[in-house]
Amino acid sequence: MRPYQKYSGAGKAKNRQRLKERQVCQNRNKIVDNLEKVILEAGLKDGMTISFHHHFRNGDYVVNMVLDAVAKLGIKDLVLVPSSLTDIHAPIIEHIKNGVVRRIESSGIRGTLAAAISDGLMDIPVIIRSHGGRARAISCGEIHIDVAFLGVPSCDAYGNANGYSRENVAASACGSLGYAKVDAQYADHVVLITDNLIEYPNVPFGIPQSQVHYIVKVDKIGDPNGIMSGATRFTKNPRDLLIARHAADVIEASGYFEDGFSMQTGSGGASLATTRFLKDKMIAKNIRAGFALGGITGQIVSLHEEGLIRKLLDVQSFDLKAVESLKNNRYHYQIDASYYANPDNEGSAVNQLDIVVLSALEIDLDFNVNVITGSDGVIRGASGGHSDTAAGASVTVVVAPLIRGRMPTILDKVNTIVTPGHTVDILVTDQGIAVNPLREDLAYNLKAAKLPVSSIEELKAKADRVVGKPEPIKVEDKIVGIVNYRDGSVIDVIRQVKKER
Amino acid sequence: MQIIDIGMAGTLESSDVVIKIEKNPNKGIEIYLKSSVENQFGLQIRKVIQDTLAKLGISDVIVDVNDKGALDCTIEARVKTAVHRAAHNTEYRWGDR
Repeated sequence: MRPYQKYSGAGKAKNRQRLKERQVCQNRNKIVDNLEKVILEAGLKDGMTISFHHHFRNGDYVVNMVLDAVAKLGIKDLVLVPSSLTDIHAPIIEHIKNGVVRRIESSGIRGTLAAAISDGLMDIPVIIRSHGGRARAISCGEIHIDVAFLGVPSCDAYGNANGYSRENVAASACGSLGYAKVDAQYADHVVLITDNLIEYPNVPFGIPQSQVHYIVKVDKIGDPNGIMSGATRFTKNPRDLLIARHAADVIEASGYFEDGFSMQTGSGGASLATTRFLKDKMIAKNIRAGFALGGITGQIVSLHEEGLIRKLLDVQSFDLKAVESLKNNRYHYQIDASYYANPDNEGSAVNQLDIVVLSALEIDLDFNVNVITGSDGVIRGASGGHSDTAAGASVTVVVAPLIRGRMPTILDKVNTIVTPGHTVDILVTDQGIAVNPLREDLAYNLKAAKLPVSSIEELKAKADRVVGKPEPIKVEDKIVGIVNYRDGSVIDVIRQVKKER
Repeated sequence: MQIIDIGMAGTLESSDVVIKIEKNPNKGIEIYLKSSVENQFGLQIRKVIQDTLAKLGISDVIVDVNDKGALDCTIEARVKTAVHRAAHNTEYRWGDR
């Protein structure tokens, strides 16, 4: 303990000169002129770890902009820990070759960057984490972020930032800043990059001023067309619609379709379309959902606005309708990735989920699911919240066509395990339904409802009769990716694909 | 049947295959395969083409294949059609296996 002492040094007592300046200059100010300057001020050095969020999806300018500035300053050997990477981030290939980027940890990687990494571009394997696994790793210190560079669609000069604005139409609006919120909370230095400065205070905010060190104003942080589609459209693919219809039947018969139930739908045509068929059943049976979680779409918002879903917990907004709803609807609430799915905190929202509908690239006889590598073994997807929601939900429904082109969806063993089979309960395809033998209760309920339930082996045989048996993918010894489960353990590795013929 | 021309069949739609047949006097069957599922089904696709040509009694041809994940039955049908077109033959006997 120390006794009170009057102190008049800088910053601790009121300084009339500065107070006057502040009034003239509007707000106390964290704005730095440009990216290069902020990188130096934040003390970024060789070998440090920098993070980004992927709320701008395929319209993101921030990652490339920052890496170009970093490269110009001659900083090397950086570790990149974005929440995910997409097609637009192909320029990272050059930064890897030039030694600016040494290592990457991400939920997903796509496009030419993913293909190059799969082909052995990097010396150190990429680490793939789920959204919940990333939040856990950051909050327990497994990932230590030196500088977070976070693009924000609205921000005031003191650092209150959000993915939209109630003051104006933010050009780069992305809705929830769920993944960025974790970075802002734990990074040593937080740099916000915005194209839309708002008068203080920018309320409501997703990232508070108390976590922000620097702000840089640039012309554009993203391409609205890449960030958002107007509304995620209903698929017209008749096979996806058939799968969705089956999935809704399964949910209805599962025993968990009761008033106050909770749900999440993953991305993918069939998964999203399930909402449409479920809606009819909800109206017919007078059942309302308590909440919907996760990536929120316009379809989920419609159900909310019609009173069929009471509350929305939004870690990522998928379309403009979801952004507008987050802005205007009181019970559409922004949550961070840790609240969403961190397995190690005192309670994450996925554990409250009754039903989740997820997609799959491949599923095997043990119900293990692959959403990260394509049928050719090349990285092309994202772990996302797949394993988090599968583990948390009471009923995990995986929807997939039985055959894609000539590739069967059900294999003896998936090429890469992202979500372990014991957390996956039901597989719904266009040609039948299989229930994990661990869930006799669900099998009983579905059979009682006279749904076409068979074993996963029978479904696999059905597909194999049509397409034949694929040869296994040939791989090199080199490991290009390590897949972490949400608890931080290694659940699988991805090897370089052998090129031949 | 005698191959006298270049014969083509199929489309580049998903789950279809384009087959182009031309003569290759006294040099046997040469297959040039491009496929979206080459790593998984390359051998099987070649086998189906070889078997189909054998059934038609065709031995000296160059086969250009651009496959978009066609099933065996589709590949067989496209090969047969391409051969008939290359032979200017209009007397099909589809029922014969």
